[in-house]
Amino acid sequence: MPMKVHVQTRLNGEEVEFLCEPRQSLLEVLRDVLGLTGSKEGCNNGNCGACSVILDGVLVNSCCVLGVETAGREVTTIEGIASPDGLHPLQQKFLEHAALQCGICTPGFIVAAKALLDKNPHPTEHQVRYWLAGNLCRCTGYDKIIRAVLDAAQTTEAKV
Amino acid sequence: MAETTTYKVIGTRPIRHDGVDKVTGRAIYGADVQMAGLLHGKVLRSPHAHARIRSIDVSRALALPGVKAVMTGADLPPAEDRIINLGEGAVNLKYLSNNILAGDKVLYKGHPVVAVAATSPHLAEEALALIHVDYEVLPPVLDVREAMQDSAPLLHENLKTKSLGQETDKVSNVATHTQFKLGDVEKGFQEADVVIEREFTTATVHQGYIEPHNATAMWNPDGQLTIWESTQGAFTVQRQLAPVLGIAVAQIRVIPAEIGGGFGGKINLYLEPIAAVLSQKTGHPVKVLMNRAEVFESTGPTPGSYIRVKMGATKDGRVTAAQAYMAYEAGGYPGSPIGAGMMCIFSPYDIPNVLIDGFDVVVNKPKTAPYRAPGATNAAFASETVVDELCEKLGLDPLQFRLRNAAKEGTRRPDGPTHPRIGYLETVQAALDSDHYRTPLEGPNVGRGVASGYWFNVGLQSSVSINVNADGSVTLVEGSTDIGGTRASIAMQAAEVLGLKAEEVRPIVADTASVGYNDVTGGSRTTFASGYAAIEAAQDVVRQMTERAARIWKVEPPDVTFADGVFHHNNEADQRLTFQEVAAQLGRTGGPVTGRATVAPRGVGGAFATHIVDLQVDPETGKVTVLRYTAVQDVGKAIHPSYVEGQMQGGAVQGIGWALNEEYFYNNTGAMANASFLDYRMPTSLDLPMIDTILVEVPNPGHPFGVRGVGEVPIVPPVAAIANAIYRATGVRLRHSPMSPGRVMTEVLAKG
Amino acid sequence: MWIPSLLQSLTDGVDKVVVSGATVGEIIDHLEARFPGVKDRLVQGGEIRPHIAVAIDGDVSPEGLEQDVQESSEIHFIPALSGGR
Repeated sequence: MPMKVHVQTRLNGEEVEFLCEPRQSLLEVLRDVLGLTGSKEGCNNGNCGACSVILDGVLVNSCCVLGVETAGREVTTIEGIASPDGLHPLQQKFLEHAALQCGICTPGFIVAAKALLDKNPHPTEHQVRYWLAGNLCRCTGYDKIIRAVLDAAQTTEAKV
Repeated sequence: MAETTTYKVIGTRPIRHDGVDKVTGRAIYGADVQMAGLLHGKVLRSPHAHARIRSIDVSRALALPGVKAVMTGADLPPAEDRIINLGEGAVNLKYLSNNILAGDKVLYKGHPVVAVAATSPHLAEEALALIHVDYEVLPPVLDVREAMQDSAPLLHENLKTKSLGQETDKVSNVATHTQFKLGDVEKGFQEADVVIEREFTTATVHQGYIEPHNATAMWNPDGQLTIWESTQGAFTVQRQLAPVLGIAVAQIRVIPAEIGGGFGGKINLYLEPIAAVLSQKTGHPVKVLMNRAEVFESTGPTPGSYIRVKMGATKDGRVTAAQAYMAYEAGGYPGSPIGAGMMCIFSPYDIPNVLIDGFDVVVNKPKTAPYRAPGATNAAFASETVVDELCEKLGLDPLQFRLRNAAKEGTRRPDGPTHPRIGYLETVQAALDSDHYRTPLEGPNVGRGVASGYWFNVGLQSSVSINVNADGSVTLVEGSTDIGGTRASIAMQAAEVLGLKAEEVRPIVADTASVGYNDVTGGSRTTFASGYAAIEAAQDVVRQMTERAARIWKVEPPDVTFADGVFHHNNEADQRLTFQEVAAQLGRTGGPVTGRATVAPRGVGGAFATHIVDLQVDPETGKVTVLRYTAVQDVGKAIHPSYVEGQMQGGAVQGIGWALNEEYFYNNTGAMANASFLDYRMPTSLDLPMIDTILVEVPNPGHPFGVRGVGEVPIVPPVAAIANAIYRATGVRLRHSPMSPGRVMTEVLAKG
Repeated sequence: MWIPSLLQSLTDGVDKVVVSGATVGEIIDHLEARFPGVKDRLVQGGEIRPHIAVAIDGDVSPEGLEQDVQESSEIHFIPALSGGR
């Protein structure tokens, strides 16, 4: 059995440390080592976006990142999107627009949409669709998701 | 409750009760289940599409440190070749058991053969690599028409064609032949001025839910087995698991987690017996997960098919006869949805002479499972394309043609019964009147297509109980796992009866030990049947609360009236008690109040949809871009319109993927070459415009609020609508799905 | 009662009959008296064959042979849809 590596990183604004095998992906570390099951496995090869997290400000599929690669870096997961004051506007708009049905893709979409709005606070519909093309949804047909993201962009708090 | 009633809660759009958990990542889906001492299971699957198993050697796997148990089909009780009745359907126990872990043969690449449990998922995978299975490889058959030939390799040694209680005496790959007949098609075709006969083929397509299958089992030494998993039906799992494991239903508790999509694919047993037996062998809870390739190769896609349709009409556009020959691939074991496909193919139309022959055929592909209106999309692709050709030959607008021939209440379906009150005509009219249809389509290589579809919906059984809390809120205990917002639609129906706000009804989805029996979340039945149960349970609460108000006022229940959440004293106008005020006094008026209901409602209303699509074909690549899409549907009564719209949009987009790109590519050894989301190409947000919806409400008289099922019919028309639009854009009719760029180019180039 | 087309060889091509009976089981028995061989195609081991469903006036009934029928009921035998959708 491979020796575990001790990793220190910053996760959702907090310093954390964990042990993991070198072969474990960040997705496995989040789910199986840290108990953060909000990021989901849909394909494990970077094609569905259900495992989306933000790594040093960049949107990534955590199934394609190794746990050991996060040492000394900054990770944001779905669990870090809401604040103690309440839901992020994206989360609120997803609820109001009924932009989820089974909800399995929702964490990935919200993280991906936040990464978009952090870079481009006022995207066009085409820009939203292009950015989110790496997140698969099988239930909604995307219509209400796109509307929710565009509506969230209108809310000034989205800039924060 | 009358059609013109103004509702307080029905028809509004409250935030769903489980919404916050789902947007924050807190909701627990099957793979998220954690517990102490958990072991991880993995399954070794056949690399061959058709083979006999000569021997299995697991010794090296068992010797690997960290591997705690290994199992094969021999660890399940011997499965008899007999039918077991699940209550809402029948399955052959031997087929069910052998599909979970192979017996003496493997029938598709991906067929499970051996399972291991280890202390980590990576170790379990290492163990699989140490197992040696010796196969005698046999030639596979991968196409339905080839499988029906006398020369085809046979999958089962004693499968003979059944035909309504009668069996042939020849072993075959054709499991059943079914027939529907109305009138006399020969006479009908003679009366026609135009007759068109065409052949169609469709490729194997998967439901494509983003969440792979999962199951966690703990088999205690006292014989009690608990399963945690994502499933469309906890009770259905329980009822299948008992005979497969050879134990009593009473020993099994199934606790459904949240489910990440199902569409019919998460009803059959796959991993549960494996997790259960591994747990029994190890004394630990065992979690087994599928990866994406396993989902494609080893769970149930929808059938590939061959369909021949012949239709005849008079020159003024009346259909006189329709005939279909339909052969569906069942996969390795019998049980394709051929019957359902036959029930839907011509059902939007009033046709006096119909003959449909349907065949269920086994092939060396994974055993098919239901996929949203199973069988109907294939059928509509064929029939609605032929209808479109008829319209063109007769010079008739396709929607006007549908108005002229529309099935109505009382129209006889080809399978025999007549339609109850339905809203097909209304959907066609709404499509004609829509902004989409009235807006001219302009541009190079563009085309507009329409198509209709039907799904009969089911009712089946549901149970609900409602507990009244001290503050006048209520907890609604139901058993329908929530795939698309049904917690909300069920709670809203109870809220309407109780005079409460939607937020004051807290729904929970309970397990098999905590709620009465419920059939699956599927068949477009949940808002209808579980809603029906919620209504009756709420009425039971009102009855009991009325008695309590009467007791408070020292009168008899008939002296009290309940309206809009308030109890009124019939004889003293100023005496009133709110629901909340009575709830606060339950303890001293007789004790807790729980309302309950169990239903098996008849009066299921069928669903119709008519879709319009505008698209553009790139003449250099054959790529089809959907420009505009409108889904029109009779929804009965939309309890929560946002989630009804969501069903229509989601189903339409699955149909678009089916039409334009999705298929299983098989290589010549019978292996699926594209078992990943990269190459099994489902629509992304970039592939689509907004999906417009028009909700037509023709209430179903069989439900107190007029609900009819909405979830499935949206996937029925899109493939045909797109085929018809491609024709108008290119002048070429495609009769194979998917109409992927390569195929479009081939046909367009061939036309010259 | 509507005779499924695949059974019409046993009924001399007759596609519907008026049969008396208070339950589906009684109706099938009366039908068997007129057209021998029909019952065996519909019933096995005292129950409706597993792949066949009975629809009374368009509604599929789970009660099988015990299902009560009215004088004017229409009865159809259609394929049972197994295993959920």
